Amino acid sequence: MSQDNGEVRKMMIILSKATLENVYAAFVLANGARMEGIEAELFFTFFGLEAVHKKKLEHLHVATVGNPAMHMPTMLGGLPGMEALATHMMKKEMERIDMPDVHEFLDILKASGVKLWACKLAMDMFHYKREDLYDDMDGVLTVGDFYKQGTGAGTHMLFV
Amino acid sequence: MEKTIANTVLKVNEEGYLTDFSQWNQEVGSAIAQEANIGMTARHWEVIAYLQREFKNEVPLSIRRIGKSGVVDIKEFYQLFPMAPLKTASKIAGIPKPVSCI
Repeated sequence: MSQDNGEVRKMMIILSKATLENVYAAFVLANGARMEGIEAELFFTFFGLEAVHKKKLEHLHVATVGNPAMHMPTMLGGLPGMEALATHMMKKEMERIDMPDVHEFLDILKASGVKLWACKLAMDMFHYKREDLYDDMDGVLTVGDFYKQGTGAGTHMLFV
Repeated sequence: MEKTIANTVLKVNEEGYLTDFSQWNQEVGSAIAQEANIGMTARHWEVIAYLQREFKNEVPLSIRRIGKSGVVDIKEFYQLFPMAPLKTASKIAGIPKPVSCI
């Protein structure tokens, strides 16, 4: 029956940040799982909720401060316009490699069968309502509900 | 590697993808589909024909492109080929395994 042979069957991915690089990492991992026939569910918590907030999801930025891989002095990364510039450059590169924008990516995930959950606690904290979020969310869950979703052999959890 | 599919000896790689598209025909495709537990319908073949056209035009395949193809949307694509649709469909189509992550 459902014997665990080490095979990955389901990815439960928790997205807690709204910087573009983290959002894309979580989305690519979820989509990549589906492409391999692995189930995938995304849990949006804390700042990660911005990735599914209708008014905010088109305006996510790359982090230029505290990110050593940007290869620029931290002081420079903090200058006005730096984040916008880095974001602009990253979006251009992503278009080149056929990477969808955040909204289109959510549509792709949904069509691919990825479940999208919003964290109840974070919703309460930021005073977000269900209608503030992407229309095709699967619902609002507590942490306990989310863990329950991950029941079964071969489930892995990832925190982004 | 060689493998006998539909009573024909075919050149395949270690994952079972045909390495010589000229050896493909619908019978071969059906046999590969059967191994993947997919019962082919006219709709499946339409999608397979689309993938083969893209391959001949040297367009790299991705889920996003499939969605924009006008031939099939992503949801239906997953319904037609439920487990790993892009890989499974490519294998049935006799074309190389797609390398895209999106």
